[in-house]
Amino acid sequence: MSYISLSAADKSEMLARIGVAAVDELFGCVPEELRLGRDLDLPPAMSEPELLAHFDKIAGRTTYPRYLSFLGGGAYHHFIPAAVDALSGRGEFLSPYTPYQPEVSQGTLQVIFEYQTLICQLTGMDIANASLYDGASAAAEAVLMAQRLNGRSRVLAARSLHPQYRRTIETYTRNLGLTIEDIGFGPDGRLDGADLAAKLKNDVCGIIIQSPNFFGVIEDLPRAAEEVHGRQAVFIVAVAEALSLGILEAPGKLGADIVCGEGQSYGLAPAFGGPFLGFMACGKASLRQLPGRIAGQTKDVDGRRGFVLTLSTREQHIRREKATSNICTNQAWCALRATIFLETLGQAGLRETALQNMHKARAALGRLTRITGVQARFTGPVFNEFVLELPRDAAAAAEGLRAKGILAGIPLGPDYPELQNGLLVCVTEVQSRESIERLALGLEEILR
Amino acid sequence: MIRESLIFEISDPGKPAFALPALDVPEAEGLLDGLAVRSDIPGFPQVSEVEVVRHFTRLSQQNYCVDLGLYPLGSCTMKHNPKVNEKVAGLAGFAQAHPCAPPETVQGCLEVIKSLEDALCEITGLQAFTVQPSAGAQGELVGMMLIHAFLKSRGNPRKIVLIPDSAHGTNPSSAHLCGYKVQEVKSDPTGRIDPDELEKAVTEDVAALMVTNPNTLGVFESDIADIARIVHAKGGLLYMDGANMNALTGIVRPGDMGVDVLHINLHKTFSTPHGGGGPGSGPVGIVKALEPFLPTPVVVRRGEALDLDFERPRSIGRVRAFFGNFLVAVKALAYIRTLGPWGVREIAEISVLNANYIRKSLEGIYDLKYDAPSMHECVFSDKLQKEATGVTNLDIAKRLIDHGYHPPTMSFPLIVQGALMIEPTETESKRDLDGFIEAMKAIDREARESPEILKAAPHHSYVRRLDETAAARNPVVRWEKPKNP
Ligand SMILES: Cc1ncc(COP(=O)(O)O)c(C=O)c1O
Repeated sequence: MSYISLSAADKSEMLARIGVAAVDELFGCVPEELRLGRDLDLPPAMSEPELLAHFDKIAGRTTYPRYLSFLGGGAYHHFIPAAVDALSGRGEFLSPYTPYQPEVSQGTLQVIFEYQTLICQLTGMDIANASLYDGASAAAEAVLMAQRLNGRSRVLAARSLHPQYRRTIETYTRNLGLTIEDIGFGPDGRLDGADLAAKLKNDVCGIIIQSPNFFGVIEDLPRAAEEVHGRQAVFIVAVAEALSLGILEAPGKLGADIVCGEGQSYGLAPAFGGPFLGFMACGKASLRQLPGRIAGQTKDVDGRRGFVLTLSTREQHIRREKATSNICTNQAWCALRATIFLETLGQAGLRETALQNMHKARAALGRLTRITGVQARFTGPVFNEFVLELPRDAAAAAEGLRAKGILAGIPLGPDYPELQNGLLVCVTEVQSRESIERLALGLEEILR
Repeated sequence: MIRESLIFEISDPGKPAFALPALDVPEAEGLLDGLAVRSDIPGFPQVSEVEVVRHFTRLSQQNYCVDLGLYPLGSCTMKHNPKVNEKVAGLAGFAQAHPCAPPETVQGCLEVIKSLEDALCEITGLQAFTVQPSAGAQGELVGMMLIHAFLKSRGNPRKIVLIPDSAHGTNPSSAHLCGYKVQEVKSDPTGRIDPDELEKAVTEDVAALMVTNPNTLGVFESDIADIARIVHAKGGLLYMDGANMNALTGIVRPGDMGVDVLHINLHKTFSTPHGGGGPGSGPVGIVKALEPFLPTPVVVRRGEALDLDFERPRSIGRVRAFFGNFLVAVKALAYIRTLGPWGVREIAEISVLNANYIRKSLEGIYDLKYDAPSMHECVFSDKLQKEATGVTNLDIAKRLIDHGYHPPTMSFPLIVQGALMIEPTETESKRDLDGFIEAMKAIDREARESPEILKAAPHHSYVRRLDETAAARNPVVRWEKPKNP
């Protein structure tokens, strides 16, 4: 199958106009000795029906959809209203480039403006950018932004921050003279206040905390904020489960200076980890240090409201190596899906969905910890995830449950050696009372 | 025409809410006790589904897009986005797969990644690929980090990255983010890198040269083999920005030119939709020597099965969570499978044919600062029109909107004053190319006869020319509830 739109006659006419005999002559600038001179070694072309059959087969080798799954840990199964697929699938949203020409891109630009507004409302911050790649790289960008804000170079990161976010921060900062230090967690799964107090000195650039954290535990943000601000450090709050913002108080109202996170829960499929949606929001005063694109409101020559990309002197195409970030292409279409999702659910629907997540997780936690030998690892309040302390190695237990068609959670041992028996279980609104019971019975059986 | 409101302006808290199934577990008591919760999200919308559907459908109609017509945005490779690829990416085995699932349960996903990496190796002549980078710029950053880690393992990561003055802004920005100092290399009068000038700039402090080939003028760096030799002779590495790979597929491979590290843009060369600004995907290809440093995890074959290798002590780490913009990789692989070896070669052949057809048709009418042979795009400028009539590339671009086309890329590369960078891609028909050429010619005539038409353009769009200066001077970047008078 080919997507070329030229006939043989078209080609001859075009070659004649150009004044060459064959297409090959147009490649005269490519030295002969560098040319490939053979066909590429790729499988032969396919028709559309063959292609679909081929990929059906490959997709079928992913058996995951046949399992009952309680996996979370930064990627969540939530219900997506049909309107999200129908509207975001329109070619007018899928097939334009970045809105560099605002007069023919008002659709995309108004969507970004609404998206920025929604993110501000959810995070409780003044301004938000048009998106970043994902939650992890947004966390890294937040750390770099904190360094631009106060010029310091010691960064504290909660150990209960998503381990992949933590690694991403390390990679991004490695050659830039920043150091990253851990702050531990207490028996409640929350930030260890004593550890924070010991490490928080006047040379600390900022601290990054996730809430709900990687263990699902909701942090006490105001307490941390007070300590961090006492040292004029930047308080960064990462949110990996953005649905929580439907019920939990906005981090911006609890002292956050930068809120960053992952918006996948807003209408994006788990998709084996991407494309997802990095978001970032901050206070007005930090506007010029914010990375990424920003849409702004303006007027046309007739005085009508319109939207444009703005403040681009922060960006690489103008500032080159002095830009606030190297990001160019972002996750605009994912932000569009989030916007449709949030506007479809509305204030009441979002709140109800968030509440159902909490109730179901609480019910599951109650049911599972009635099993002999199974306990909640942490005592702190949770949103829709929690860590079970099993009477044996969590990876082995998960393996046992897999044989029963259940993916019970993420074993924490690989990332937290001290939590070898810890299993991170996620229960969202898509789970039912029956599915929770099935998990409980399965776990009982394998622990028997 | 209906002026579309912001959703916040039509919101009404009295409207019925989105309905969920009734909660089927007992309500937990004291669920929110002691927690900081919110009872209201001030300003957050509440509208009906009908209103949402009409809102976004109307907004969609204010966008120009590839599905509507020729989109000659240079450097962006706005080719047709095949519909079947969306369907493939929607298969449950891809879209519903959880990234933390045990590898045994996501074999189809791992197979897509491995197959795409293999295909990209063959197309580029490099030895290994990672699909983790989320877009071109993140690919550049990963590439720079790989170079840094590799050189460091040899004793010295070095300090400087050389970048031609015609390069895209992400190049210097990415090198800087990796801790390198950027040093600019001036283009020669033909718009290319001059090997003699380069020779002087390359020292043992230089970690790499970042070259775009064909460069941002659409001109092939014919001395690329010499360029590689010069950089390598001093122990540096050759990085290639593969954003313009569309000109090369099946004809010549970066690996065979002496390139050590390369990123390509799946959202350009491999047809995945840009989505109004993303998501993209910027896989990075490398020569064998850099393999130990690849981001983790790496997809590896163990017997019959595929697995994820996290145990890579020399890895640079990771630059995002999970495995990249996976569904974008699915679409790109579907595209490569559809085209097969000849189809992939045809990408380059026809995109170069189409670009040269436009160039030939507009040469003389619009100024070409550099007349070196064009590959997949050509960069005109507003020089002739500006001198004769005072109209600028901005006016020309805006007038194209009235003629029914998306404007070319403007004011890039920086070495061409008033640039109009035109990249038609291979998927356009002759009829569409001719329509665009006629529009450009008509605009030239209009410029000479009645320049005020151009200066006030566009005339027929949903909004007319927007005040970008005011937007930046007094930033309004979110909706706020109007204060009660
Ligand atoms: C030549 C060139 N290099 C790099 C980039 C950056 O790629 P991305 O936007 O995917 O980050 C682009 C496109 O924007 C480009 O045209």
